[in-house]
Amino acid sequence: METVLFLAHTEVDGSLGKPALEALSSVRALASALGGARFVVGLAGAEVQPASNLLAGCGAAEFFGVAGPEFGPSRYATDAAAAEALCKAAQATIIIIPATARWNRVIAGVAQRLGGRVDTHVTGVSAAGTVISVSRWYYRQRMEATLRRAQRPWLILVEPGSQAPWQGQPGVATVREVPVALTEASMRTIVLGVRQPLGDAQTIRPEADLLFVAGAGWTKKQADGQPHVKEAEKLILDCLKLARASLGSSKSLVDLGGEGQAILSFLTHLNQIGQTGATPRHPKGLATCCHGEEPHAVGWRFVNERRAINLDPNCGWARGKADVLYVADAFAVMSKVNQLLAQGTA
Amino acid sequence: MDRMSIAYQIVVCGSIVPDPLQTLEPIAGPAGPALKNELMLPAVLDPWASHALYEAAQLARSAAGSKVWLVSLGPKAKLQQVMMTVAQKVPFELIALDGPAGGFTDATETAAALADAIQAIPGLDHARLLVFGGWESASRGAGATMQMVGERLGIVDQFQGVDELKLAADGSLEILERIEGGKHQASRCASPPALLGWATGNLPEPKNNPQVGMVNMRGVMPALQRAKAVKLPSEGLSFEAVALPKQLRQTRIVKDQSADEIAREIVAWIKAS
Repeated sequence: METVLFLAHTEVDGSLGKPALEALSSVRALASALGGARFVVGLAGAEVQPASNLLAGCGAAEFFGVAGPEFGPSRYATDAAAAEALCKAAQATIIIIPATARWNRVIAGVAQRLGGRVDTHVTGVSAAGTVISVSRWYYRQRMEATLRRAQRPWLILVEPGSQAPWQGQPGVATVREVPVALTEASMRTIVLGVRQPLGDAQTIRPEADLLFVAGAGWTKKQADGQPHVKEAEKLILDCLKLARASLGSSKSLVDLGGEGQAILSFLTHLNQIGQTGATPRHPKGLATCCHGEEPHAVGWRFVNERRAINLDPNCGWARGKADVLYVADAFAVMSKVNQLLAQGTA
Repeated sequence: MDRMSIAYQIVVCGSIVPDPLQTLEPIAGPAGPALKNELMLPAVLDPWASHALYEAAQLARSAAGSKVWLVSLGPKAKLQQVMMTVAQKVPFELIALDGPAGGFTDATETAAALADAIQAIPGLDHARLLVFGGWESASRGAGATMQMVGERLGIVDQFQGVDELKLAADGSLEILERIEGGKHQASRCASPPALLGWATGNLPEPKNNPQVGMVNMRGVMPALQRAKAVKLPSEGLSFEAVALPKQLRQTRIVKDQSADEIAREIVAWIKAS
């Protein structure tokens, strides 16, 4: 019989993030599919009682916690020690974890310590009888596999956005404190803080309804034989602001900077979507001045509705990758789009 | 120990993947899933591992006496093909392992082979050791292998999604790691050993340098000849199915509409819930 552990870290304010509540949905569904398997909760953070109370009604048989100021910041050595201790205390065979940046950088190392196996970026967990399967993508979202593992413990990182978050009433949970003996070596790294662009310079918004993707065409010579990079920057930033959109980019546009060519000043590699970039989840995506070639389009796997503006009617978007391709000048169209959006928000 | 006195030993783990422009199709092979014509597909050094290699070379240039090793696991013939190009970029010593490099292999077994190869480097000194790699591969894309390599080497200062490494005057390492929402977490690690899984970094791809290529190739061919054979049986792992997504959209191509008409349609679409 499996014992399923839901393993999460608390946020800075002591609460649990949406990815954690989504992973909890997976845990509950799996425990049910396994015929009512025992499931328990393990939390790590500066303090875990408030988050445990939020989950009091989730049906867990037991709550385990690793708490203390050393476990507040996201640091490999302390996070790995906490996760290892919680997995051992729970005697878990299946461990389901939200794939946050914090856990993503630690859990495979924990699997190594436990002598178990790990699967990351999992988009589905299911069970038929006693057989558990997970689904994940390979080759940068080009093909999807369903797989099983014989080894235990099996640590499964569930991709944010792939499940509905658990909702339930808070209460008072009894948390069993799990001691972790940290050594001096665990504290050789000091977390200095978070660096982020200021104000409107923050162009990546994971919760946005719209992903706006800029391609290399924005910096190319236009009909008058001249590039219009400043105008492009204004059109894009205005759209982001008016539509509250998140900005993505093709690799080619980001790479132009390294080649010494004019680029959009606010773009970085963090905006890059595709083979060597991100695979964000947004309900809608609008690609502009971008050809929609396969290495870029694989990053759109989890964008539901897709539209594109491109001057080339034979570009990649036309070949079944977008729902609608507008064969048009993106400068002209986006100028009008911004006018209409501004009228709508005035 | 200050920064100026450290001659780093930088070990980069990097394997090969199909050229991103290739069409990939899964097939059922005798030992599990594989890619159609896998051995015929043009290959490249994994993109994120490439960034790790370029960053390693840059760091080695800035710290006198430092050295870069590239530990690469893949079919020997494919490694040879890829190294012809990679060796033109930056100086390194190749440690080749002859085995499968496909995405359906298991990270645990891959990590064991890589860690064994690193531990066998003569004169390996943990006080000077930096292990680099891509934070994920373009094949399995799990982000698991490097963490396991670090654990096997006893390295508990690990960083993933790294975009920047700066060496402080006191010998400490200041590192920026990607986190959610286009942000970075900044950390300071007291000293090596440390493991860094690189994202994109900040360096452009170096231009081919024939002189570097000449020096590298003197070591690459012997390294390939003595490449240890590695088996990755993927014990306990079984695939129920591997399939390409069937979703092909019926693209509506809108031509000959004015910018005004298109804009109205797009705004209505953006606003629709």
